Amino acid sequence: MNLWREAMLVAGKDLRIEARSRVTLYQVLPFGLIVVLLFAFALDPSRGVLSRVAPGLFWVAVLLAALLAVSRSFAVETENGARDGLRLSGLDPAAVFLGKAGAIAFQLAVLEVALGAGVALLYDVELRSLGLLVAAAVAATAGVAATGTLYGVLAAGLRVRETLVPLLLLPVVAPVMLGATRAWEAGLGSATSDGWPWVALLALFATLYTSIGMLAFGPLLEEA
Amino acid sequence: MPLVVRLRSAVCLLGRFPALAGVDLDVESGEVVLLSGANGSGKTTLLRLLAGLHRLYSGEADVLGHDLAVDRRGARRGIGLLGHETGCYDDLTVRENLRFAARAAGGDAEASDTALERVGLTAQAGVTHGRLSAGQRRRLALAVMLARDPQLLLLDEPHAGLDAAGRAVLDTVVASAPDEDRTVIIASHELDRTRALAGREIVLAGGVARDGVLEHASQAVPA
Repeated sequence: MNLWREAMLVAGKDLRIEARSRVTLYQVLPFGLIVVLLFAFALDPSRGVLSRVAPGLFWVAVLLAALLAVSRSFAVETENGARDGLRLSGLDPAAVFLGKAGAIAFQLAVLEVALGAGVALLYDVELRSLGLLVAAAVAATAGVAATGTLYGVLAAGLRVRETLVPLLLLPVVAPVMLGATRAWEAGLGSATSDGWPWVALLALFATLYTSIGMLAFGPLLEEA
Repeated sequence: MPLVVRLRSAVCLLGRFPALAGVDLDVESGEVVLLSGANGSGKTTLLRLLAGLHRLYSGEADVLGHDLAVDRRGARRGIGLLGHETGCYDDLTVRENLRFAARAAGGDAEASDTALERVGLTAQAGVTHGRLSAGQRRRLALAVMLARDPQLLLLDEPHAGLDAAGRAVLDTVVASAPDEDRTVIIASHELDRTRALAGREIVLAGGVARDGVLEHASQAVPA
């Protein structure tokens, strides 16, 4: 099997597990929506504050939900010694990385659509450039998924992984948070700056961490 | 017969503890070898070392022609390990777990269906792993191992948790291994049962380090 077929096999397995356990649907998605809702309550919508800060709040909600998705992705590998099964499977570690990152990215994309609808409904935002929003979301999602998968496997074998993953991941994905927020500010008209350079930064970040992940995932899986 | 396993003064550490303190072992292709020894003697560690799941600290270890010090992944492709855990996913069905393992190893649906039939789990094919009994999970782990079509079977207390029918299935798999060009190493405390299956017995005693020098603490005892 080639790399992409192996990656699809792993992604299919992870998504099938999620579809059956419905953790993303019943826990991660409601968590993200609650975060969006809490911000709506906390900030006064009548003064236009919410619409100005909506991009940042949206991506904070996405990142917090991503932490749960990453933890879940590696929690299923700790049950019943599945991680040993994965190591013995004969799959290329780079393919395992791509498959797990792809599955996380897919879940995040679904989450972003739902949260985006919530933001549009609650935060009174104005759409200026759908293409910019989508491009920024795709690049940011890929970056978060790649970084999350890399740091997820790093902490996978540790008892403190649930608390360690946020500590490791959030500082690293700060550029994603910044870039995605700036791009979405431009896309939603809350800033006059050009959003596309930020999309380029996000794409660079995603490419960099995908490359690092493909190289480092194998050794990290061995040590986990 | 070519050697499938060749260990020379193999040392394996669990943390700082030398779980294997210099093991010498030769296993030829087609052999069925029983690994016996007291609790904590290093049987599981030895199997996991051979499976490439534990790192070789010092010494030499060749498995299926691959040097474990440099190429554990290469060795793993031909290895099936039936360990204490199943390595399966609770939310996948028996068939899905099997097909994932078979496809990952380059096999197809036919390989997984054959393995499923062989262990007698066809009726439970649509049941998720999380809903299986302990014995059924053990059978599924055996099927997953067979679906990967390994050359070297590493069985760690394989009879544990199996009912009489399951034990019979396992015994058949072990007994037919040489005819299928497979080599088997069984770690077990059920000596009466496994001695009947094995052609040779290796007794493993715990490795001990003194004065910072790791000692040989295992001995091969032909049956």
